[in-house]
Amino acid sequence: MECQERTEIPKLMEISEVVYEGKGQKSFFFRHSLNCRPGQFVMVWLPDVDEKPMAVSYINKNEFAFTSQVVGKWTSALDKLKKHDKVWMRGPYGSSFSIKKNACVVGGGVGMASVSTLIDKLKDPTIINGARSKEHLIYLKRYKNKNLIAVTDDGSYGKKGFTTDSLKELLNDNNNKIKIVYTCGPEIMMKKVFDICNKYKVECEASLERMMKCGFGVCGVCMVNDQIVCMDGPVFNSKQLSKMSEFGSFARLKTGRKVTINEYHSIHA
Amino acid sequence: MLNVNLCGIKLRNPTILASGILGVTKDSIDRVGKNGAGAVTLKSLCHEERTGNKNPVMFGYDDVFFNAVGLPGQGIDNAVKDFKRLDNLSIPVIGSIYGYKIEQFGQVTKKMASLKPAIIEVDISCPHMDYGKPYDADPKLTAEVTQVVKKNAGKIPISIKLSPNVHDIKEIAHAAEKAGADAITAINTATGMMIDIDARKPVLANKIGGISGPALKPIAVRCVYEIYETVKIPIIGTGGVTYGKDAIEMMMAGAAAIGIGTGVFYRGNGVFKKVCNEMEAWMKKNKVKNLDEIKGCAHK
Ligand SMILES: Cc1cc2nc3c(=O)[nH]c(=O)nc-3n(C[C@H](O)[C@H](O)[C@H](O)COP(=O)(O)OP(=O)(O)OC[C@H]3O[C@@H](n4cnc5c(N)ncnc54)[C@H](O)[C@@H]3O)c2cc1C
Ligand SMILES: Cc1cc2nc3c(=O)[nH]c(=O)nc-3n(C[C@H](O)[C@H](O)[C@H](O)COP(=O)(O)O)c2cc1C
Repeated sequence: MECQERTEIPKLMEISEVVYEGKGQKSFFFRHSLNCRPGQFVMVWLPDVDEKPMAVSYINKNEFAFTSQVVGKWTSALDKLKKHDKVWMRGPYGSSFSIKKNACVVGGGVGMASVSTLIDKLKDPTIINGARSKEHLIYLKRYKNKNLIAVTDDGSYGKKGFTTDSLKELLNDNNNKIKIVYTCGPEIMMKKVFDICNKYKVECEASLERMMKCGFGVCGVCMVNDQIVCMDGPVFNSKQLSKMSEFGSFARLKTGRKVTINEYHSIHA
Repeated sequence: MLNVNLCGIKLRNPTILASGILGVTKDSIDRVGKNGAGAVTLKSLCHEERTGNKNPVMFGYDDVFFNAVGLPGQGIDNAVKDFKRLDNLSIPVIGSIYGYKIEQFGQVTKKMASLKPAIIEVDISCPHMDYGKPYDADPKLTAEVTQVVKKNAGKIPISIKLSPNVHDIKEIAHAAEKAGADAITAINTATGMMIDIDARKPVLANKIGGISGPALKPIAVRCVYEIYETVKIPIIGTGGVTYGKDAIEMMMAGAAAIGIGTGVFYRGNGVFKKVCNEMEAWMKKNKVKNLDEIKGCAHK
């Protein structure tokens, strides 16, 4: 007989270290082993504030972390926390990235957090790390010995332009060996990455972001077409993405109302 | 073997997705249909768009599941645009509605009816809403809501969804039947609370929430049993059904069909097929040919 018990309650965790990563961006470490695959996320509860999904960004032996960027109320509250402060967590949840050879990883902004534990597992990936400007670029030190292409919208560090411009350049080079592109960042960027991958006939895996309540496939708000992002995703492959007409165009608010991606980001920033 | 007739609607099997679990989008209806449900109930909608409560809004441990989502929803007007119609999907759809004031129940029903759902279910029992006294706390209020909904539903059958958080559920069910209800859905969640002793605070942002899942089942079976003794209209037995044996038990108490909500959490999206297979296996073993043979048999 199948076991009926399933426990999904927030559990107390003490912050063991806080690391500054970039402007408004910090990694919060916990001395605790976590059975987690690249791309999965945890739900983090700050009592009296809210509970939100965060991608796991470091998995070391007996230690893990997530990296957050200050945007709203919850991330601001988190930003004030220090070593020995407490948070409550459940998870990890969701699907994970495949691990394949000849990979390129495209991260936009704090989206890099979702692909970082993947980068740690890949063999010699090419990394395109993009942000608005130099102070927003994270993990530069972490990946200094890797094949890293840094890009900024304003040209304050690395190449000037979008991550997608660098990806095109890379795939245009006839000598490139890229077979798969992994991406996480603003959805508009990921949609462009996906379209470019289709054009160049390379595989793509993207980690989508949606409003989440439960994290375990019950509430039904994070759906993109018939896919439940928190459970079937957040990582989807080319085959799945090509069937998701809402990818890159529509998302649902906490109320369940469907809006354009731009409206979604302006409302729930 | 498993097909049932509910208010004149043929269901391929008695399992119905309960309101508030998935059921927010059209695509999710099809998905639950593919996963074997006999029908799907939509997340409850009212006259306005609502964000609901802050997280945490749900969690579970062992056999107990808590939620206080706070009835988020896009509102009936947006839903009418979003769904367009509900009568051309792969399985029958039950539209769940509520309002704050009596008139609003009527207005929302009228708009829901325009989508042509198979049944309109009326949530008069949500334990964590802020519109004052719940309508199911009083048989008179229950009757008033039922009449208004019935008047606005046209030919579409209506089911009144009851709460276990009342002194005498028989009295409420009786009032609903007398006022024109075509079915009763029983039950909604039972109120409860969990305090995290490290945080020294209730875990739900709303503090108090509703308990569902296996822990709710004995209460649900008792309610269905009592209602069956009181009314003639069919009952959608809901509360803690997780395995085929739970569904059989609920039917023996008198249910005509079975709601499954939290079962999705415990056994995944495949819960409907699993429960149906387990019911069939039990029926074969016990030489039961159709579900009418066991419906309400615990009363004999
Ligand atoms: C699965 C998942 C997990 C997440 N986990 C976390 C987390 O752990 N912590 C957290 O704080 N947030 C998380 N987020 C939130 C999300 O990553 C950020 O909201 C998003 O990356 C925007 O970040 P930003 O403001 O730094 O982007 P910006 O700085 O505005 O842009 C970042 C880059 O995107 C590119 N870009 C921007 N617009 C376009 C365009 N129109 N076309 C092409 N390229 C463009 C640019 O090249 C730029 O370099 C997660 C998101 C997802 C999808
Ligand atoms: C997360 C969640 C949300 C719910 N939302 C609603 C709702 O909007 N309307 C409603 O009538 N019942 C709602 N319910 C109650 C269920 O429909 C059902 O009556 C109850 O959970 C008992 O059944 P179960 O144990 O199979 O879940 C909700 C239950 C849960 C767990």
